[in-house]
Amino acid sequence: MPDLKMAETAAKPASAEVLSVSDLQAWYGESHILHGINFNVKAGEVVTLLGRNGAGKTTTLKSVMGIIGKRSGSIRFNGTDITRASSDRIARLGIAFCPEERGIFASLDVRENLLLPPVVRSGGLSLDQIFELFPNLKERLNSQGTKLSGGEQQMLAIARILRTGARFLMLDEPTEGLAPVIIQQIGHTIARLKSEGFTILLVEQNFRFASTVADRYYIVEHGKVIDGFANSELSANMDKLHTYLGV
Amino acid sequence: MQALYAQLLVGLINGSFYALLSLGLAVIFGMLNIINFAHGALYMMGAFCAYFLLNLTGIGYWWALIIAPVAVGIFGMILERTMLQWLAGLDHLYGLLLTFGIALIVQGVFQNYFGSSGLPYAIPDYPEIGGFRGLQGGMNLGFMFLPIYRGWVVVFSLVVCLATWFLIEKTRLGAYLRAATENPTLVRAFGINVPRMITLTYGLGVGLAALAGVLSAPINQVRPLMGADLIIVVFAVVVIGGMGSIMGSIITGFALGVIEGLTKYFYPEASNTVVFVLMVLVLLVKPTGLTGRAA
Repeated sequence: MPDLKMAETAAKPASAEVLSVSDLQAWYGESHILHGINFNVKAGEVVTLLGRNGAGKTTTLKSVMGIIGKRSGSIRFNGTDITRASSDRIARLGIAFCPEERGIFASLDVRENLLLPPVVRSGGLSLDQIFELFPNLKERLNSQGTKLSGGEQQMLAIARILRTGARFLMLDEPTEGLAPVIIQQIGHTIARLKSEGFTILLVEQNFRFASTVADRYYIVEHGKVIDGFANSELSANMDKLHTYLGV
Repeated sequence: MQALYAQLLVGLINGSFYALLSLGLAVIFGMLNIINFAHGALYMMGAFCAYFLLNLTGIGYWWALIIAPVAVGIFGMILERTMLQWLAGLDHLYGLLLTFGIALIVQGVFQNYFGSSGLPYAIPDYPEIGGFRGLQGGMNLGFMFLPIYRGWVVVFSLVVCLATWFLIEKTRLGAYLRAATENPTLVRAFGINVPRMITLTYGLGVGLAALAGVLSAPINQVRPLMGADLIIVVFAVVVIGGMGSIMGSIITGFALGVIEGLTKYFYPEASNTVVFVLMVLVLLVKPTGLTGRAA
């Protein structure tokens, strides 16, 4: 058995592309939002999509998740074409999504919110591991989901997708509107998840936060990926980045 | 005093039907965003299903309590798959028109074959337990005479309503349902087959209506327009209770039945209008209904 396991590992090297997106186009009703997005995410990486408001970052995540009605191009996840798949099928393939608005359900208590996403495969975090990451949640289990503070809601939104066994996480602006101390805690969480082998696709406006966790960046503008570089090339690209983000 | 208790019992019986029907309407509205005007016709189909089972196949009341809701529920799920699902995201008006049209067609077909008069459906006379023949007969409670079948309807309806409440408010499946009522897109993105859940929810709501139809058959007879007459009051009940809450529609259903019954005793002239007067008052004070959430 150990041999077999090694063979499997060898067949799927650490740099295997988990997600590859090419020429992704997407529409909201009549408006054409994405005009050809190209990027990829390799196993174990944290990749961040940067860009101004309205550039198409969130739409990109939603397209990968299958919740934008009209999309074309190609999205492959672990070799499977998911361009036209329904979002419930995509989720069951092992992609977990944490939306920008957090999506905590008001009619569910914290425990129900936490247990809502079904387990799609084994290997997810246990509740004990989740409470170790987010001790606050354990004390609030019986509260109504939306009675939590913004930071606690964000923790809950991340915590509930860690249970499912999905190894590929998409986090849409997890630090938006949160206090620095909470942002720091979320940063630690992402680093911890990365060290445990999760692959993470992050959308961020907060570039300083992104730079503490990301391996690579893609710049999205007007529905296209216009640039990309690794964290090690960051200082060389600082000027360009300021222009792109207008900061 | 006897008459008061008798009217109270009639009120509780009507309240049982109001509760079962408005509960189904609330569940359907929450999940499908459709005001199900076909609910009365489906209630009638439940009663007819029991009638057919008895007269065509000899299958009696107890099995009909299970078979009729399942059969009519499946009919409802076919309606949802073939028609209602295409209305998702459209204005309420479309769902209202479609289901109203379905109700007219279904009622028209039954009227064509069975006319408007009532068909009898006997109270079950089995099993025999300790001198009682099924649910026939009655017992003297000291302060009033209680027909057993009527007592059974009230208790059984209450149990079914509370079980539905438990299913929706306290179980895992119910959590999916509540979450999908709030944000179906996200629930689907967690890996749950929401379209299938919507179909099953419609089936559940319809099944509750059909169950009420079976319960009502021995009391009110089986008539093609039995649902059309009832559904108007049920919609008033729903407006008073508000669409948002499961427990709200149960309590409002029973309470309005009782209020109607009491009105019949104290001021019979108003008994047919009291629910509508209350509806107007509630709409003036709290347009979302007593327990409803703002849309």
